[in-house]
Amino acid sequence: MKISREDVIRVAELAHLGLSPEEVDKYRDQLDGILTYVEKLNELSLEHVEPMTQVLHASRSDRHPELREDTLLPCDAAGPILAQAPDAAKPFFRVPRVIEK
Amino acid sequence: MNAAASWTVASVRAALSAKKISARELAAEFYERIDGRNPELNAFLTLSRERAYAQAGRVDNAVARGETLPALAGVPIAIKDVLSTTGIRTTCGSRILESYVPPYDATAVERLDRAGAVFLGKTNCDEFAMGGSNENSAYGPVRNPVALDHVPGGSSGGSAAAVAAGLAVASLGTDTGGSIRQPGAYCGVPGFMPTYGRVSRYGLVAFASSLDKIGPFAANVADVAAVTAVIAGHDPNDSTSADVPVPDYSAELGKPLDWLRIGVPEDYFGEGLDSEVRAKVEEGIALLQKLGCRRVPLKMPHTDYAIAAYYLIATAEASSNLARYDGVRYGLRVPGATLTEMYRNTRERGFGPEVKRRIMLGTYALSAGYYDAYYLRAQKARALIAQDFADAFQKVDAIVTPTSPTPAFRLGEKTSDPLQMYLADIYTVTGSLAGVPGISIPCGKTKAGLPIGMQIFGPHFSEGRVLQVADAFEKAGGSQL
Repeated sequence: MKISREDVIRVAELAHLGLSPEEVDKYRDQLDGILTYVEKLNELSLEHVEPMTQVLHASRSDRHPELREDTLLPCDAAGPILAQAPDAAKPFFRVPRVIEK
Repeated sequence: MNAAASWTVASVRAALSAKKISARELAAEFYERIDGRNPELNAFLTLSRERAYAQAGRVDNAVARGETLPALAGVPIAIKDVLSTTGIRTTCGSRILESYVPPYDATAVERLDRAGAVFLGKTNCDEFAMGGSNENSAYGPVRNPVALDHVPGGSSGGSAAAVAAGLAVASLGTDTGGSIRQPGAYCGVPGFMPTYGRVSRYGLVAFASSLDKIGPFAANVADVAAVTAVIAGHDPNDSTSADVPVPDYSAELGKPLDWLRIGVPEDYFGEGLDSEVRAKVEEGIALLQKLGCRRVPLKMPHTDYAIAAYYLIATAEASSNLARYDGVRYGLRVPGATLTEMYRNTRERGFGPEVKRRIMLGTYALSAGYYDAYYLRAQKARALIAQDFADAFQKVDAIVTPTSPTPAFRLGEKTSDPLQMYLADIYTVTGSLAGVPGISIPCGKTKAGLPIGMQIFGPHFSEGRVLQVADAFEKAGGSQL
């Protein structure tokens, strides 16, 4: 097994996912299968290969720099955005207590 | 072909201009068909009658005033439910966004609106576009209109099925690893993935940002070209959107193909390819040769590594993108005693099994100690796959392959083994990783009557050429092979 039950529980914690004990076992089996499959990449010699981090880097013209001007634009969206919140107290989103007394 | 499916962008325009039908009457005709067929297909999740009739009314006023009609005036269009639509619920096929109503339109959607399109509604899809069968939707699977006990493909299954069933003239889908091309192949309609950056992703709910693309389905290639021309182009709201001029795609159609070299990579015709699919795609290539194309054998040696690279990169990006669903700002909230407990409860209840699995895999691949072994390695493999395409396009002008190794499978057939489902993406994920444009075009049927798709790739920003080849193939009877 590439991945232990403890690994699965730790990853679920990192991802803020609640998992039942049955789910832990199920995901362990499935992730193990997938991680075993992706070991295929070890067959490649990748030492001198640059990782591809974006698609159009090469085909972008130099006339179009990656960074745009930092221009201020009006954005009057607080109302409609807060209207979608499960618990809003204008102008805030309300959440359970974070800091213990 | 049924009556509604026979509507095209051109015939809608002609009928409106000649005042044979109004845009409102046309919308009503499509809603009638949807009301009849959708209970069985489950292609639409939300119908947007109010907005559709308002849009149609604007078109009818323009006709009455004798104005020049915009490119898609009155054309009834369906939109995949991962694209933001002002005032229309956008669920992403997920419980976590069950009642989410976006306050803005995605750029692609806004451009359709400005071009006079009529939005019929939002189409079903795999949750957050993660899947290849539409069985991962929280709102139930879509059925394939050609064979009801089969999947329509995914993740844009609803958008493909809606066009195939004549419930929309065109639709928008999204393609991260094959999610337009594969359902296009399974439902027997053209589905087009443009170059990465060709269409703005602003307002597309993100799955894997370096791979996500928006593109159309339509009943024919000319309509695919017409919709692509409207949605393509630079957008300052998407920093990865390309500042490259958009040519007149429709003007490319009908030009001769006799200069074209088509590459046929042997790596796409190996083990696992269904024999009927192979035979039809071979016939399709022969038809292209008859049209004047020169066939060039190719090797794309890193094809076999594409699934591994894709599923590491896509899940890593997904785990990061989906961190935003925490019950604070929008969507579902499941209470908890602490903030962390609230996050956890919300995500446990809100996400389905495939989304959780991908978040888990992506989180693991990015976590301390594993980043170099998985994510970085996958990004390097991605560079080699992109290089395969760059090398190929030194020798050929387009690449032709099967879209999927098999035709549509039965509902439930592959749900128990996620890896088997992933492996079926082998012919589509390569082009996704390279960021090149690709279309799936109908190429006959199996003996059992299931549609088969042929895929055509071109170099970055060669949308016009890809559409030209597909259009010539279609007009030469390619879909009836």
